[in-house]
Amino acid sequence: HDDMENLEGYVGFANLPNQVYRKSVKRGFEFTLMVVGESGLGKSTLINSLFLTDLYSKEYPGPSQRIKKTVQVEQSKVLVKEGGVQLTLTIVDTPGFGDAVDNSNCWQPVINYIDSKCEDFLNAESRVNRRQMPDNRVHCCLYFIAPSGHGLKPLDIEFMKRLHDKVNIIPLIAKADTMTPEECQHFKKQIMKEIQEHKIKIYEFPDTEEDEDNKLIRKIKERMPLAVVGSNVVVEVNGRKVRGRQYPWGVAEVENGEHCDFTVLRNMLIRTHMQDLKDVTNNVHYENYRSRKLAAVTCNGVDGTKNKGQLTKSPLAQMEEERREHVMKMKKMESEMEQVFEMKVKEKKQKLKDSEAELERRHEQMKRNLEAQYKELEEKRRQFEEEKVNWEAQQRLLEQQKLDVTMEKNKKKGKIF
Amino acid sequence: FHREAKFQSSRHLCDSAFDSQGEGARSVPLSGHVGFDSMPDQLVNKSVNHGFCFNILCVGETGLGKSTLMDTLFNTKFEGEPMQHSQPGVQLRSSTYELQESNVRLKLTIVNTIGFGDQINKEDSYKPIVEFIDTQFEAYLQEELKIKRTLHSYHDSRVHACLYFIAPTGHSLKSLDLVTMKKLDSKVNIIPIIAKSDAISKSELAKFKIKITSELVSNGVQIYQFPTDDETVAEINSNMNGHLPFAVVGSTEEVKIGNKMVKARQYPWGTVQVENENHCDFVKLREMLIRVNMEDLREQTHTRHYELYRRCKLEEMGFKDTDPDSKPFSLQETYEAKRNEFMGELQKKEEEMRQMFVQRVKEKEAELKEAEKELHEKFDRLKKLHQEEKKKLEDKKKALDDELNIFKQKKTAAELLQSQAQQAGGSTTLKRDKERKK
Repeated sequence: HDDMENLEGYVGFANLPNQVYRKSVKRGFEFTLMVVGESGLGKSTLINSLFLTDLYSKEYPGPSQRIKKTVQVEQSKVLVKEGGVQLTLTIVDTPGFGDAVDNSNCWQPVINYIDSKCEDFLNAESRVNRRQMPDNRVHCCLYFIAPSGHGLKPLDIEFMKRLHDKVNIIPLIAKADTMTPEECQHFKKQIMKEIQEHKIKIYEFPDTEEDEDNKLIRKIKERMPLAVVGSNVVVEVNGRKVRGRQYPWGVAEVENGEHCDFTVLRNMLIRTHMQDLKDVTNNVHYENYRSRKLAAVTCNGVDGTKNKGQLTKSPLAQMEEERREHVMKMKKMESEMEQVFEMKVKEKKQKLKDSEAELERRHEQMKRNLEAQYKELEEKRRQFEEEKVNWEAQQRLLEQQKLDVTMEKNKKKGKIF
Repeated sequence: FHREAKFQSSRHLCDSAFDSQGEGARSVPLSGHVGFDSMPDQLVNKSVNHGFCFNILCVGETGLGKSTLMDTLFNTKFEGEPMQHSQPGVQLRSSTYELQESNVRLKLTIVNTIGFGDQINKEDSYKPIVEFIDTQFEAYLQEELKIKRTLHSYHDSRVHACLYFIAPTGHSLKSLDLVTMKKLDSKVNIIPIIAKSDAISKSELAKFKIKITSELVSNGVQIYQFPTDDETVAEINSNMNGHLPFAVVGSTEEVKIGNKMVKARQYPWGTVQVENENHCDFVKLREMLIRVNMEDLREQTHTRHYELYRRCKLEEMGFKDTDPDSKPFSLQETYEAKRNEFMGELQKKEEEMRQMFVQRVKEKEAELKEAEKELHEKFDRLKKLHQEEKKKLEDKKKALDDELNIFKQKKTAAELLQSQAQQAGGSTTLKRDKERKK
């Protein structure tokens, strides 16, 4: 960079990577590695070999030293430093896995552990007051396959099928020094075939931009699954001190690429792809967990079926949308209720009107009836009056006549005297 | 070793054989080279492949040379029509550029404030700026809260650095400057710079810087401090902190000095060389802003300013970390609680509306019943009247009938009398005749 700095027109943001480097060293690194496999497959030895330390020693014995009745999940945290770089390494062990007679569901404690770490991270990430979030999620799971030479066991397949979308799985053939290279090749082919058949997604090394690296990666891919040998013991071979397993017929060297794939594993796991394992865990496995978890929460809502397609929104935005939908629903409900109300009122009013009309009509009828009767009465009276008047007139006439007759008589009488 | 201590603040050595749930990590020695010291390189390689992004906001009055300074800093002629100052109010315009230097790709966004300080009433001038910053935070927050999210490929638009351009009056900060910076200091990293500082003499400049710094302090404005916690850069950063605010000059014009072409401004009395540290603090600014602390600016934005925004936003929406008993909420509980509250609210609204309708129906029913009652009463009255009329009629009828009967009797009696009288009259007449004959 000194050369660059004196270049004409050098701005300097090419220094950004250095800044990132500096800050990352200051922060330190974390990595959580899980090892799964039946006891006796040399898991602890491999860890010690990988990290060139006595992670498991007399004071801190490995899980294989303790007999477990059920599957446990145990973690050990160690701090290691190298070249100014600090790494907090967490090794997660699963003693008891596959050791029982009935191993159904022996993967469940493992799943629970992985999920609980994701849950912790999710909760920490979702707090209102967030602090430095330690990353205890499982970044890689080394799955140990027993060197039977035939193929995967049903348990192997079950485990990998259930865990492959929760964690990066790197299957390893344990105790590879019990097989000849040809047996090993055959075994590897068989395993890879079965893995493909069962559509198990093991960790894939990403292609890089540089062709050279890609060539290397392709070479590694051809050796999958890696067959490893571990050793806590250092022996001398041809004047060199190497980690290895001493047999009467020779020494199986851990770090000899012709003896086993240990070096490939170490280089890949630690020296080149440790960061990628963390990134895949964060960007893929954790995100899957999170979206499943949050989708479950929001689908507890009013309309479970409706929410299935809305996973692109945050739960809060979704609530906003639901609020808006509810407002519309309320409006509709209100107008419907209003309509029903109006209709009912109209009905009732109409009924009342009809009732009134009916009563009115009857009243009219009665009135007319009465009026008719009155008229009748009037007529009758009139007739009566007429008759009476006539009769009285007649009577008077008669009386008059009688009187006239009497007067005539009297007149006659008078004259006679 | 303080770095180690700081990192493992809650660390304690565990004595038990296995610390399955424990916090502490014990230190173990390595018997060889494992190789994880390549981790920083792995991380850096990934970052380089992914590319970097940086967003600068330039706040300052018209004519302080904001665009020129950006061009000078990044050694690029950023396109842009000269800013149009036709709009009232403060406008923010942002442009994104893809730059590359060596193998490092940088997506640079420069946001400019147009019309800042041009108004008569500048009370609200800071508002569009605050709004812009908040909008970027909000966008990030929304992405972070999504159920299916893609944070690692999200284009971070949050403002990482705010260069605040101070006019080279030589006296003090303007009240607009203080007000604006006070509003921004909790939202963004503020780096105040004295613009067009070639207008100020060296002695005036020293006084000006002191005045500015003391005004900032006395008004409680938090400007960005170059970090001094990393030994690698602590010294240079703390040194530079003492030179704030940087007095800068920008120029894209080149002048021949000696046998080199340098960026400079030519005056009759001399040439101001941009990259001459005796002439101005441009080099210092470039060093601090780009070469040393760019990553820290991004980090501070994310871990401090964004977190503050997020916390306030969530609290506003009623999210809490602990329930009333101070037990921590899990995310699920929080969302469920919020959701239940929300649902309860909606249901309450529905209930209220129903109740209102029930009430209206009741009232209407009562009304109609009242009307019905009145109707019946009316007709009852009419009926009663009718009954009375009928009775009257009956009475009249009866009266008539009585009269009729009396008349009939009278008539009958009279006729009887008449017929008797006739008979008697005959006999009377006979009697009379008899008497006469005597």
